[in-house]
Amino acid sequence: MSATGIGAAVRRKEDHRFITGQGRYTDDINRPGQVHAYFLRSPHAHAIIKAIDTEAAAGMPGVIGIFTGADLAADKIGGLICGWMIHNKDGTPMRAGPHPALAQGKVRYVGDHVAVVVAETLAEAKDAAEAIAVDYEELPAVVDTGTAAGAKTVIHDEAPDNTVFNWHLGDREAVEKAFRAASHVTKLDLVNNRLVPNAMEPRAAVGDYDAGEGVFTLYTTSQNPHVARLVLSAFIGIAPENKLRVIAPDVGGGFGSKIFIYAEETVCVWAAKKVGRPVKWTADRTEAFLSDAHGRDHVTHAELATDAEGRILGMRVKTTANLGAYLSTFSSSVPTYLYAPLLSGQYDIPAIYCEVDAVYTNTAPVDAYRGAGRPEATFVVERLIEVTARQLGKDPARFRMQNYIRRFPHQTPVIMMYDTGNYGASLKKALEMIDYKGLGKRKRDSARAGKLRGIGFSSYIEACGIAPSAAVGSLGAGVGLWESAEVRVNPIGTVEVLTGSHSHGQGHETTFAQLVSDRLGISIDNVSIIHGDTDKVQMGMGTYGSRSGAVGMSAIFKALDKVIAKGKKVAAHVLEADEADIDFADGHFAVKGTDRKLDFGSCALQAYVAHKFNGQELEPGLKEGAFYDPTNFTFPAGVHICEVEIDPQTGVTRIERWAAVDDFGNVINPMIVEGQVHGGIAQGVGQALLEGARYNADGQLVTASFMDYTMPRADDLPSFDVGMTVTPCPSNPLGIKGCGEAGAIASPPAVINAITDALGHEEIAMPATPQAVWRAARKSMNRMAAE
Amino acid sequence: MYAFTYHKPTSARQAATLLAKKEDAKLLAGGHTLLPTMKQRLAAPSALVDLGACADLKGIAVKGRNVVIGAMTTHAEVAASPEVQAAIPALAYLAGHIGDPHVRHRGTIGGSVANNDPAADYPAALLALGATVVTNKRKLSAEEFFTGLYETALDEGEIVTRVSFPVVSRAGYAKFRNPASRYAMVGVFVAKRGGEVRVAVTGAGEGGVFRWPEAEAALKARFAVKSLDGLKHTADGINGDIHADPEYRAHLIGVMAKQAVAQATGK
Ligand SMILES: Cc1cc2nc3c(=O)[nH]c(=O)nc-3n(C[C@H](O)[C@H](O)[C@H](O)COP(=O)(O)OP(=O)(O)OC[C@H]3O[C@@H](n4cnc5c(N)ncnc54)[C@H](O)[C@@H]3O)c2cc1C
Repeated sequence: MSATGIGAAVRRKEDHRFITGQGRYTDDINRPGQVHAYFLRSPHAHAIIKAIDTEAAAGMPGVIGIFTGADLAADKIGGLICGWMIHNKDGTPMRAGPHPALAQGKVRYVGDHVAVVVAETLAEAKDAAEAIAVDYEELPAVVDTGTAAGAKTVIHDEAPDNTVFNWHLGDREAVEKAFRAASHVTKLDLVNNRLVPNAMEPRAAVGDYDAGEGVFTLYTTSQNPHVARLVLSAFIGIAPENKLRVIAPDVGGGFGSKIFIYAEETVCVWAAKKVGRPVKWTADRTEAFLSDAHGRDHVTHAELATDAEGRILGMRVKTTANLGAYLSTFSSSVPTYLYAPLLSGQYDIPAIYCEVDAVYTNTAPVDAYRGAGRPEATFVVERLIEVTARQLGKDPARFRMQNYIRRFPHQTPVIMMYDTGNYGASLKKALEMIDYKGLGKRKRDSARAGKLRGIGFSSYIEACGIAPSAAVGSLGAGVGLWESAEVRVNPIGTVEVLTGSHSHGQGHETTFAQLVSDRLGISIDNVSIIHGDTDKVQMGMGTYGSRSGAVGMSAIFKALDKVIAKGKKVAAHVLEADEADIDFADGHFAVKGTDRKLDFGSCALQAYVAHKFNGQELEPGLKEGAFYDPTNFTFPAGVHICEVEIDPQTGVTRIERWAAVDDFGNVINPMIVEGQVHGGIAQGVGQALLEGARYNADGQLVTASFMDYTMPRADDLPSFDVGMTVTPCPSNPLGIKGCGEAGAIASPPAVINAITDALGHEEIAMPATPQAVWRAARKSMNRMAAE
Repeated sequence: MYAFTYHKPTSARQAATLLAKKEDAKLLAGGHTLLPTMKQRLAAPSALVDLGACADLKGIAVKGRNVVIGAMTTHAEVAASPEVQAAIPALAYLAGHIGDPHVRHRGTIGGSVANNDPAADYPAALLALGATVVTNKRKLSAEEFFTGLYETALDEGEIVTRVSFPVVSRAGYAKFRNPASRYAMVGVFVAKRGGEVRVAVTGAGEGGVFRWPEAEAALKARFAVKSLDGLKHTADGINGDIHADPEYRAHLIGVMAKQAVAQATGK
């Protein structure tokens, strides 16, 4: 291993500019003549717009234009789309209502977009927005996930019972048979709480129109600028792809919320032509709370059947998923194909059946958020497993070990073919790290101090990379999920890699350079990673689903293969040897069995000067591209164990210990991977203990600021003990599985399992706030006193 | 934010003159309450009179048996003050547990008491310690000064210049932080001065900071944690919100009171 190659904990190259304040985010971009957009948003959760009067506002100082849904429609600008078609149980397509970028006749959630004011300054735009008179006829709001389907109020005429789809996966009959044969059935009702993503950088857009060229440019906070261009072009109709450039510069976190194509970005780029000036919009934090796609929000009933020996026979799950007021870009895939196929967890479960009803409500759209479907699935599986072990009187670690899948490949009853893994190894290591043997003593010590101590396990699995394009196509995806790369070698041997992946905190500029450095034997300082600009990178699918390592880097790997192959041809001419006799290693092309060799930089120069070979037989230059389409999902898995101590007097839960053992396959940069694990756990602990978006019955978001929405802070978290096991992924050349979401997927059930252990098995919902824990602790102590 | 004019006087007297002259003018201290509401367009003063350059409103002094803190003294300055730490350590502790470092380095004692947020920490200290609020016009006891939710006895144009805290024999403060904002969800300040004991509760009352007479009586009999055993505060008149309903808050008053006494008695 070289100091900067694969496996080295290289410091992040991008941090210099971030730490010294020289990052360049969308809001840092200012175009000559730029003006500002402000969106007038609905104060009501559900209302008919009877009239919008913009006359007084239009005459106010600095106002350049005020536009409504009617203006978009007049310009034939289409609505926002949902790119994944789900079919109902009966085979009919899902029932989706339109999703206009600016409301047309109706608003459906607080924060919905009513009109946009474009003015010289933001303050002037806000002043004018206050002068717009909107005549609303308020309608009752539908807010609650569990009861939306039965509500009298209809949100979209296209979905008369507020139900987008009734979907299912698995073999119902096989499951019923398994339950009939069971000696024990565990039943659980679970809520997966709604979260607000809260990336540090809020969403932003600068739309620019070059009237001379007829070209639009959109600078925006996107995790996937090419998908944004595709949607804005082919579906929304801003401009053909060759007349639309999308640039996602430095992006300060996304967690999924910046995958989607939103109203504000769409309107800014359209309005730039309309007003003939570049148009900027940057969300403030309140707008982010109201209008960024939220995450999770499931209500689930789940059952697990076991036999007399404690072997799992079957699982059935019924989930209602709240998709909010409109279908966001990938919303329909999250509670379906990103959810139910993960319900087998790490266990050998012969039969699984899952039904999902997706509902509309008068709340912000819900879509992928770190883990997307997999945290929800893991929560169901790991809570069921833990509670089953308790009900059977079995040690939860041993019960897991008993039911783990041991032989690979393993076909689950819910689509997935697990390729490799060693779940028992991760569990054993985690048990040692947490000192499971010492738990009894620690529990007694806590009890002596009047505290309650508990331990909770989570053996998670996730499916990353997503995935063979043909496979996702057959499941309803509107896009393929490959990745592209182009490796441009400059004449002196420095390298630019153009990638369709997008880095918004993941450190690609470092890890991708490590791969190139490792394979070409050149310094990482001689490698630049270029991403986030549709004019530079031809096409790409972007970053989400922990796919940039497994898929994005595999594309680079493939392109590097081609560069090396071409280099061998050039070197053969220069070294006057047969191409078959050229080896490439440690940055040198060498003739086998001799000391004749050519370093990589010299080879590049030779490729460009083309003096030593016939340009008709071998093309000059050294630049290769590749598209990599995976052959399977990748399956990162691991075990997280959480130990908590509860003060029953106040209900405060302290996380005392955290052991995480993850199998991410091969690791490019252990420091970055560990950082991803830390961040993921922080978000998962946030979900379990602190966070929760709450709408009141009128559909007002009660938790619309950090004064009420509890983001995890450093002092809410313990020091994590992070370890690894490695089973290389067999389906991609680097053996990578992906690490970006694991922490957020693993941690919520670990925390809740620990709390319920401490509380003598008293159930508790997320977030387990001090109030909720205090109340549950009282209940538990009263129950134990009675027993 | 709406447009406003900005003024930066160098003394309290100049500030008072400006305040009287400008219609709809507001005083600006640390700005940690005022500026966010202005940004959200919930407040629209025509003029801001920034007290930041009024040297006569700053500083901490021990005068006889009193600790006197200028209105423009930041929470961080109070927390770090050797004088406060020596005279009333619980007050320094309280100041050091307000918000986060940013808040403590901007927020001021004058702004805090003038704002009388029902979840603010200082009101509990003022009430329990029997502090005096000094304005450019008069002196008010804490009881007279805090009149209700976000309400004080301050008249139009009146400026808090300093707060004077009598040094007591024992004092302690315990705060249960709101998990999101880190204001006091329940904060209890106990103080023993000669034979008198005061217990002031912030964060919990529907009408803002209040005293808990039953706890005071119990502690007057014997100033010890044990004296509070079995004593429960009623949930009537106690706040409820998404973080804590009245029952839980009322329970926390008892828990925090014990912790405050433990701190005061060094137990
Ligand atoms: C994130 C956050 C967390 C916080 N957490 C806590 C906490 O845990 N505990 C807590 O107690 N507080 C907390 N605060 C409040 C903060 O500590 C300040 O005390 C509060 O904002 C008011 O002080 P200020 O100096 O910022 O006043 P400003 O915001 O400048 O002014 C507040 C009000 O008082 C008026 N005013 C200011 N000075 C005077 C004066 N001398 N005379 C008369 N009127 C005056 C102003 O006109 C204005 O109406 C928090 C604030 C934030 C933003």
